[in-house]
Parts: sequence; structure tokens; C-alpha cells
Amino acid sequence: MGSNSVVSNRRMPEKMNCFDLSPNSNSESEAEEVHVLAVDDSLVDRKVIERLLKISSCKVTAVDSGWRALKLLGLLDDEEEDKSSFSSSDGFEGLKVDLIITDYWMPGMTGYELLKKIKESSSFREIPVVIMSSENVMARIDRCLEEGAEEFIVKPVKLSDVTRLRDYYMATREIRSAESGINVNKRKLQESFDVSTASSSPSSSSASPPSLFSSSAPCSPSSLDSPTRRPKMTSFDHILI
Amino acid sequence: MERNQLRRQVALTRQSLFDQGFLDDQFIQLEDLQDDANPNFVEEVVTLYYRDSARLINNIEKALSVYNFLSFPSLLDFLVQQHFYIGAKKVKAECTLFREYCRAGNGEGCTRTFQQIKKEYATLKGKLEAYFQVLFHLMLPLSSLISQ
Repeated sequence: MGSNSVVSNRRMPEKMNCFDLSPNSNSESEAEEVHVLAVDDSLVDRKVIERLLKISSCKVTAVDSGWRALKLLGLLDDEEEDKSSFSSSDGFEGLKVDLIITDYWMPGMTGYELLKKIKESSSFREIPVVIMSSENVMARIDRCLEEGAEEFIVKPVKLSDVTRLRDYYMATREIRSAESGINVNKRKLQESFDVSTASSSPSSSSASPPSLFSSSAPCSPSSLDSPTRRPKMTSFDHILI
Repeated sequence: MERNQLRRQVALTRQSLFDQGFLDDQFIQLEDLQDDANPNFVEEVVTLYYRDSARLINNIEKALSVYNFLSFPSLLDFLVQQHFYIGAKKVKAECTLFREYCRAGNGEGCTRTFQQIKKEYATLKGKLEAYFQVLFHLMLPLSSLISQ
């Protein structure tokens, strides 16, 4: 009852850093972490999200507004509208990120407005965007999903939410890399294709993430069924299919 | 021996924060994010919490002096949710109530609840500061404790 409640001596359990990803992924995951752009105007929330992401071995860039996020991505440069010269693989003037996680209610530009701007951009619309909010409002959730948000998480965000996201988007990124012609994960993609019904050539770009995930490919979609996403579950499945 | 007493004091102070309903399990989640590489994480977050809260309370006070309730959804949401990660149970409850009064356009309820928020927040802040103070003494090197 006494000494073990002294907080600052507690260590993070080692298991937090062990991934349960498919066998081939470890070499790739060590080479490239998932880079997450976190957007939240609250000092507290930003610090916590940053910590959660770092514990999950993600690289984090945390900003306090949608405008700053767009600026970092390179969407707010000289041209208001995105030009094709800005591609996320160049990372020309913009930050290269794998996932954007944003608060819903922020002064100036809401998370919803940020989502819209990202999805309107030809270069950045492929980046998955996750919305966080303290309230479980169906209309709000639906609106975000309709606009292209991958997921809607109710605050307070838990470590399990973040590790689940990281696993999922690590796999998604590998698929997108394969689609853009990088052969690193071709072998894994081919395995996935064997599982799915694809009859076209293995490296074809018809490999859209939805079909791979719905056919229970390596990245364990069952782990996506978590309580915090319950209100959204049907909508999420709808997005996948 | 003094150290053990300090340890006990820290533990008791911490436990009372939960027993008296000032903090909930969310605070424990915060503690879980602390480790040897980030030994002051909780206190750092709590310090940011004071900063966020002070600013927010100030903004709301100004807004309430003009209108007698708030209609800015972002501010209301912010007010409620910023207590989540700390696990500030009583403050959170008052903020939630405040948000409801605002949404209902109930000026009197807003004003009354806002006073409660300020009161609960001040109490919590005092308690947390006292807790970190004791914790700080526990973390001091043994030599400085002996000299007390």
C-alpha cells in the first residue's frame, strides 16, 4: 500500500515497445517510423498526445492550430490551391506525414475544416486524418466521416487507441508505398493478394486498402474493434467497403 | 527513516486526492505515461493545465460579463475537455453542468456554475500543489533530507 504508489519511480512496461505486427514488418518499421502530425490548441492535450505517440514509437510533430498544420504540410504556400508539384513523396516544402490526428473544436479553423482542406488537396488527400473530440455526437461523427476522416476518437485518447492507429497506418503506408512503385514490401503485398480475390498482376495499383483489410490481411483488422470507436463502427466499415 | 515517513506522506496525500473525489482514474493513466526517461511528466502536464485553465477562466469571465452565458462551442468544449487528461473529477462535473446551462441559454445557471468552477478549480490546484510539494521533497537527495 505504501511505496509502490510513489509515482515517479514507475517504469513503462517493456511490452509497450513490442509490436505485434506481421513477421516482415519489423525491418521496415525500424527503418521508418510512422510520422504523425498532431493538431490541438490545448497545451495539455498536445503534450499528452505527443507522449502517447512517442511511447508508441511514432515520430511526432505537434502544432496548435489548423493553419500551422497546413503551413507545415506546404498547403499554405504561395498558391492557395494545391498544385501537383507539391507531392507528399517529394516532401518539397512540406512535411511528410503518415497520419494526421486533430482535435475537432479549435478556434480559427476547426478540425473539420482542416480535414476538408486536406481532402480537397490532390497531394494530401491520401493522408489519413483522425478526428478527436470530447463528445460523442453522432451528427458530428457522421459529418467527419463523410468528409473523409478515417476515424473519430472520443477523448480522452488512450494509449490503446494510439497503438491501434499506429499498427493500422503502418500497414496502410506500406500498401501506399507499394502502389507508388516502391518494391520494399512487394513480397508482403503479394501474400495479401493471394488472400484477396485479385486476379490482376500483383504490383498493379488496383490494390486498394479496403479490399486488403476486409479480407483479413496481415494487419489484424479485428484489433480495430475497440470500445472507443463503437459509435462509429458501422460507419467505419462502410468506409472500408 | 525520514524517507519512509515522506514516502508514506506522499502516498497518503495522493490517495486522499482520489478518496475525496478530486481526481479520477484518468490521473492514473497520466501517471502511467511517466517513466525514468520522463520522470516529471505528470507535473509538467499539470503545470500546463494550470496555464490552460487560467487563460480559459479569464476568457470565460470576460465573455460572461458581456453576455450572461456562452455560445461559443469551441470554448465550451475546451472548458470541459481540458480536465479529462488530468482526471479533475469535480471541476469536470461543474464544467459539464456549465456547458448545459450555456446551451440552454440559462444565464443565472451559468453564472452560478461558473463561480463553482472557479472554486473547485482553486481547491484542486491547492491540493495538487501540496501533493507535488511533498513529492518534490521525496525526490530530493538523501543528504538534503538529513539536514532538515
